[in-house]
Amino acid sequence: MTAVLATSAPVRRASLLARWRATPFHLVCAGIVAAFLVAFLVVPVGSVVFIAFWDGQSFTLVHFADFFRTSIMIESTWNSIYVAVMTVAFATLLAVPLAYITVRFRFRGAALIQTLGVIPLVMPPFVGAVAMQLVYGRNGSINLLLMDWFGFRLPFMEGLNGVIFVEGLHYFPFILLNLSASLANIDSAMEESAQNLGASGWRLFSRIVFPLAMPGYIAGAALVFAKVFDDLATPLLLNVTNMLAPQAYLRVTSVGLADPMGYVISTILVVLSVVAVWLSMLSLRNRDFATQQRGGGGLAKRDLGRAESVAAYGFVAFALLLALSPHIGILLLSFGTIWSFSVLPDAFTLAHYSTIFRDAGGFMANTVLYCGIAALIDVVLGTMIAYIAMRTGLPGRNILDQVAMAAVAVPGLVLGIGILRTYFSVELPFGGGSLATFWLMLAIAYSVRRLPYALRSCTAALQQLHHSLEEAAENLGASKASTLTRIVVPLMAGGILAGFVTSFATAAVELSATLLLVTRDATAPLSYGIYVYMQSPAGRGPGAALGVVAVVVVAVATWLSYRVAEQDRAKRTRNGMAI
Amino acid sequence: MPRNTRRQILAAAALVPLLAAAPAFAQTLEEKLVIVTSFSRDVTGPFVEAFQKKHPGTKVEIQSRSTTAGVSFIRETRSNPPDMFWASAPDAFEVLKKGNLLQKYTPAATGIAQRVGPSPVNDPEGFYFGFAASGYGIMYNTRYMRANNLPVPKEWDDLKKPAYFGHVGISAPSRSGTTHLTVETILQGEGWNKGWATMLEIAGNFASVSDRSFGVPDAVNSGQYGVGIVIDFFGLSAKASGFPVEFVYPTITTMVPANIGIVAGSRNANAARAFVEFLLSEEGQTILLDPKIQRLPVRTAIYDKAPAGYPNPFKDTSLGSRVTFDNDASETRYELLNSLFDRMITFRLKELTEAWKAIHAATAAVERSKSAEGGRLLAEARRLATTVPVTEAQAKDPQIAGAFQEKKPDRPVAARQAEFEEQWDAFARRNYAEAKTLAERAAAAR
Repeated sequence: MTAVLATSAPVRRASLLARWRATPFHLVCAGIVAAFLVAFLVVPVGSVVFIAFWDGQSFTLVHFADFFRTSIMIESTWNSIYVAVMTVAFATLLAVPLAYITVRFRFRGAALIQTLGVIPLVMPPFVGAVAMQLVYGRNGSINLLLMDWFGFRLPFMEGLNGVIFVEGLHYFPFILLNLSASLANIDSAMEESAQNLGASGWRLFSRIVFPLAMPGYIAGAALVFAKVFDDLATPLLLNVTNMLAPQAYLRVTSVGLADPMGYVISTILVVLSVVAVWLSMLSLRNRDFATQQRGGGGLAKRDLGRAESVAAYGFVAFALLLALSPHIGILLLSFGTIWSFSVLPDAFTLAHYSTIFRDAGGFMANTVLYCGIAALIDVVLGTMIAYIAMRTGLPGRNILDQVAMAAVAVPGLVLGIGILRTYFSVELPFGGGSLATFWLMLAIAYSVRRLPYALRSCTAALQQLHHSLEEAAENLGASKASTLTRIVVPLMAGGILAGFVTSFATAAVELSATLLLVTRDATAPLSYGIYVYMQSPAGRGPGAALGVVAVVVVAVATWLSYRVAEQDRAKRTRNGMAI
Repeated sequence: MPRNTRRQILAAAALVPLLAAAPAFAQTLEEKLVIVTSFSRDVTGPFVEAFQKKHPGTKVEIQSRSTTAGVSFIRETRSNPPDMFWASAPDAFEVLKKGNLLQKYTPAATGIAQRVGPSPVNDPEGFYFGFAASGYGIMYNTRYMRANNLPVPKEWDDLKKPAYFGHVGISAPSRSGTTHLTVETILQGEGWNKGWATMLEIAGNFASVSDRSFGVPDAVNSGQYGVGIVIDFFGLSAKASGFPVEFVYPTITTMVPANIGIVAGSRNANAARAFVEFLLSEEGQTILLDPKIQRLPVRTAIYDKAPAGYPNPFKDTSLGSRVTFDNDASETRYELLNSLFDRMITFRLKELTEAWKAIHAATAAVERSKSAEGGRLLAEARRLATTVPVTEAQAKDPQIAGAFQEKKPDRPVAARQAEFEEQWDAFARRNYAEAKTLAERAAAAR
């Protein structure tokens, strides 16, 4: 009996694995990912959100029924969907030309534009809100000037359209980054064939180039949709409450109330976000975007004509000025003395910077450390999940993708409470204190919150990678593990880098989970420092100065990662190793 | 039961240093004191510095968290909690107290006022202690007022004037314990129906309802809108930091204490008690006069040292003394009031302000036309835009008010919150739309 079992088990396992097109290595990867998600997302969030399904004694769906019976909830749902769709459209208008111009043409300062294009994602908490109001608000600089010169105001920041405007400026880099990575991966042979067949200009772009870069665009657009759908900072900044995310937030964060509706809304946000991403995946299904040639630097770079140059530089300058004006506002705020109901601050000073350099040096180092770790975890997990979901037939592979994606809709406060609830009583060895308030937990919380960004970028990169390259490697004797690390990952580098940068940049300004998990100034990141300053009117200047520091840290990190990627690519092409 | 015994032991331990008088603290203080606070560094810094100078053996650690995050943190860290919670909102302390998360203490300091405005300075059961008072009032941006030719407001009623349309801001009472108290004070001062009518008419002039208390002074400081309904220190400290703003107390205002409490299970309870005593001491109370802090001391003798014109709620009888505050009524309808305000104002601000815009226009038109029909229609429009769907008696009814409170086994089962909220929302939309139509007809009537 035992002998029979002993011999049949490995055989059955092998045949199962074969049916799943998987190796033990894949199983290990799936196990790591699942363990991480369960430990740091499912269990902590579940421990908080179960209230939505609980009536005090037993399981219930009555709160969900209430949601659909409440007209303000229905209205909020439609408003959120409308805003998310329109924001994707607005962000596309900004991002697609920027991406195309920088990748397609020999363009001075392309790296600079790619770096500046990330900055809008870094909107320091509170400071960003104040700066937006000071620039675009009812009595912001632009409207005060318009009032002076022409006698009218533009409602940049009023109502749903205001939300669309601000969110579009804030989140278009998601599309820019992913689309640029995708464009750079297109096989130039495709373009040449099209040209040989007579296609050029708009036709070439709309029929060949853009469709081939579709995975990157869809990844970016899905992220913009999901993020806008779940974002609460902007609606709250504009005092728009008739949208789902602010409705959930207002209920979840009321002092001491356990209002189930807040968690019902959160759950519905998660479901709708996952559905949106799933729909975007469906739109790519049964189409092949993969090309075999790699490393030639994508599209052939073309020189711009004189008129084209003027138009291209003009558009780039306009788009970046528009997107970076809040950051110019933050910069002015950090050097200004008093700025109230005027176009510019009353006077300028360096005092705010001397204040923060006296006591904020540690914040900077902590932010780089935590966000670096978080972004690293994200791209590793993102690559694993994308690979398992697209290259193996493991059962439940899509669940991994969807659970990871669900993190996009989990409010930071809920994750923070969940982590405290699950891990606070776990003591670290050697008197290190509680695991929940250990600094590494902050990095983990960031990585959970930002995992969806990296995951979408990695998925898009893998969609463009032809399966035959891996098969070739395996035929030559490479194991699954070394195929993944030596072939797949290097070829996905552009997408992975885009994922790293978005995760890093957005984690640098995360506040709500930070506020719960930080216990000491010494281990606090920049966003916490900004919060502390922005609590009082006198702290506005120093808070803005810290905000500038956060932006600079992200910009430098982004620029460095591009440099590294460029050098890496240059080295490989020079050595004739282009693949 | 074990919890009670522990508390008695702690209470007994607390008595020992008290009997030995203040200097004895020095020998028994722990090396560390962890304080969770929602106050800014401008406020906490000077206190911490002075305390550490006085008790060099104790290192104070400040953890800055928003009030919500602070309450959640203390709730989730029972096994090794911070030592103190230090914040404004009395309701946050009530939540902690009800969750058995605070410990009892009786401060030894003398010369502290018993009451400020409508409320006692200390929690009557001894779980948290007021160390400063603050009152609600009106803050305005002087540059904005000049540029828009707005008169300076002095009373709540001034804010009803059509001149202020789109110029006023407030934070939602569900988001800010102090705004809640202001609304409750207006309701108690003017009566439920008249109070709501005042509130809704002022709300007709709102530019926005902010989700955090600090959003209002932020917007007034930057000049996004001109007038904000805020707690005094927001206005006074912004002025002290150089912003072109002023602050006034209206006649009907309320004074609320800002509080500190010792967390149950604190491992540094002696240091925590010493910190309470320090806050209440002459030295600690004097720090409140610092221009960056600007809160009102609860030790009455300190006002002799204050600069001229410093508000004194214990002398100036207009500050908070006009209203006798019914704490029980306030507590019963606490959650209901927050929700009602959100349904009637926060979430339907667009509809509400449109209705009031039409009413203001119709009022001017009817004054010119002297049309009787117009007057009748206008009165009806006003009635619709100043009525709430809940009577004072209903707000007290446990069947209704209970629906908004936490479910507890000993409370009767009430109807569901979501059902009431849907009814109120429908009521608000219907009334505001109808008021707008009626006002437009009134304006056209001849």
